[in-house]
Amino acid sequence: MAIGSVPLRYKITIDPDRCMECGRCIENCPYGTFRKEGDRIVAVSRNCTACHRCIAMCPRDAITLVEHPVDYRSHPLWTPEAREAIYNQARTGGIILAGMGNAMPLPSIFDRLLLDACQVTNPSIDPLREPMELRTYLGKKPSKLAFRRTEAGDVELETKIAPNLMIETPIMIGHMSYGAISLNAQLALARAAHTAGTFMGTGEGGMHPDLYPYQKRLIVQVASGRFGVDIDYLNRGAAIEIKIGQGAKPGIGGHLPGEKVGPDVSRTRMIPEGSDAISPAPHHDIYSIEDLAQLVRSLKEATEWQKPVFVKIAAVHNAAAVAAGIARSGADAVVVDGFRGGTGAAPKVFRDHVGIPIEAAISAVDQKLRSQGIRNEVSVIASGGIRDAADVTKAIALGADAVYIGTAALVAMGCRVCGTCYRGLCPWGIATQRPDLVARLDPVREGEHVANLIHAWTMEVSELMGAAGINAIESLRGNRDRLRGYMLDEGMLQVLDVKTVGA
Amino acid sequence: MATHIDAAGVHYTPLNKEVRAAVAAGETEIVLDNVLGQRFIADGLVGEVTITVNGVAGGDLGMFMRGPTVVVHGNADHAPGNTMEAGTIVIHGSAGDAVAHSMRGGKVFVRDDIGYRGGIHMKAYHERRPYLVVGGEARPFLGEYMAGGMILLLRLNAVGPFAERGLASGIHGGEVFIRGEVEDRCLAVGAVRMPFGEEDRARIRPLVEEYCRYFGADAESILADDYTRIGPAGTRPFAGKYTWE
Repeated sequence: MAIGSVPLRYKITIDPDRCMECGRCIENCPYGTFRKEGDRIVAVSRNCTACHRCIAMCPRDAITLVEHPVDYRSHPLWTPEAREAIYNQARTGGIILAGMGNAMPLPSIFDRLLLDACQVTNPSIDPLREPMELRTYLGKKPSKLAFRRTEAGDVELETKIAPNLMIETPIMIGHMSYGAISLNAQLALARAAHTAGTFMGTGEGGMHPDLYPYQKRLIVQVASGRFGVDIDYLNRGAAIEIKIGQGAKPGIGGHLPGEKVGPDVSRTRMIPEGSDAISPAPHHDIYSIEDLAQLVRSLKEATEWQKPVFVKIAAVHNAAAVAAGIARSGADAVVVDGFRGGTGAAPKVFRDHVGIPIEAAISAVDQKLRSQGIRNEVSVIASGGIRDAADVTKAIALGADAVYIGTAALVAMGCRVCGTCYRGLCPWGIATQRPDLVARLDPVREGEHVANLIHAWTMEVSELMGAAGINAIESLRGNRDRLRGYMLDEGMLQVLDVKTVGA
Repeated sequence: MATHIDAAGVHYTPLNKEVRAAVAAGETEIVLDNVLGQRFIADGLVGEVTITVNGVAGGDLGMFMRGPTVVVHGNADHAPGNTMEAGTIVIHGSAGDAVAHSMRGGKVFVRDDIGYRGGIHMKAYHERRPYLVVGGEARPFLGEYMAGGMILLLRLNAVGPFAERGLASGIHGGEVFIRGEVEDRCLAVGAVRMPFGEEDRARIRPLVEEYCRYFGADAESILADDYTRIGPAGTRPFAGKYTWE
């Protein structure tokens, strides 16, 4: 039996009274949604991905986009998505690829956590006139300090402090590789990290020479494929991050298809043009926590113990135990990436169904490290679906030292979260390597936008802290008393170690 | 006159520091005596220097190394040549798992056997081509995810065909040469047999001769045998696996 085509997902209409046939929609849509027919422009709605580029570029506001109503027989279990996925797989026999973060309509725990604010008895702090300390140091902290008195009578610190990263805001930009995103997008993020006094991750794709001027603000990544990794790359980064897992696809590796490996990506990743860049699920030299410790130490040894080494894992049910192992492996920070984390491409079944929420994972990790008396051994970085300053503040109150933002930074550069990154045709010049599309993204202007976002969120975090009577981020970290759970079940409140509203 | 360093009881960090200092001072020959499992020897080391290791080298020997020659008179633990860029590692003995993991350039010679996942994810880039030559046996997953370079498995004391599973699974570049027969069931996803001709024999000749120079075997008799050549079915082994959302 023929399966036929599935219904349109979006419907594009052009208001003929407003359209002046300038053709910008045709030029701007890489998916071929628009074409000229005689003296008018028509839309092929089937090609639309809801990227909004045409709408943003139309000088006459003539374009309307709506989600197309689907007239399947309604059914609570056999949703249109479920049926269409089956049609797609019955036709192709393939694994369904998807972009961006988890698209399931699951409730957000962040939205069910409410922040506290002071009233009369415990006065709030006004950040306009009081200094607020948001500076954060990432890395190992000594469990105690030893001093000695010199012959001259001065007091000197005897304890050797491990190298830490200093950030002026608890917000960093997560790892998005050159290949997954364009060079202009990476440049914009690097400029933003520089302006905001924070760091960005290179992802697992090496470091393009154009990023060298920003290398003091870059955290280099070592993934299982070791793409772009050599001793110069390791020495360039301010810190090194070992990628074990990713929130969007826990338990599986990365795969940049050969089509995206053009001359420049090839040079940066150090692989031949057009060949697939496969980062398999496990690191071939890590089969245990002892092996992980060996990789951590080999990276430190190679860079003469000058750089902090982070380990990134996906938020999964045993993340807390793994984090405790990571703390003992000699690593300086553990990055926990929640199941809302974004991606350029992942099997949809993984993106939507594997992993756990970052809120639960961070709280569990923080509690485990505290209960074992090793919280000072390792910093905790939360990532995966951080949407605003409230999420940042709540993540820190649940135990994170800092957060990584990914999708939010892309949205600040124009991304409309259309989720079609895996096609490599991003009309905003972000998730693409096509030169004409890449050229659409101005690294200077978009760098300012991302820096503005980080600045704005940092101010909001500062205001939220002030309202809670807290003037240093150190006092917010793991301070669950400033949170209350609203409409969360008892089990979840226990995992989060948060009281319910009214308590 | 070589610089001698006594490694007895010395932790790997001070040992490597001493090696780096000697290289920075212009030393071209360093001998490490009494090595007993110290890891990361020559890790990230850049330069033209020959390091002789007397003893058993620990894990990740020559990791990220660019340039040096390291000669081990003894066995080596896992992953010698891990993510190595250039240089030569010669092991007068056996080595552990993941030998030459993700190696991008240079050569690793192992006189005897290696463990699991030898040459895993070896890759090439332009003029940089990695070579792994093993005189004895290799365990499963040899050449897994191989993306470039060459593995030569000589099996000098072999009886019967090569029978370890997962051979070259996911290979999408480079090639594996195995002296003698290989059982069909060993070839994994994406790995195919390719014809072995005189041109190929000429290509492996320099590696066999170099092996024999280090370890004292007869190159001509080794070269006279038949080899099985294994390469990738394509550069995109998983291209057909996915469909769009």
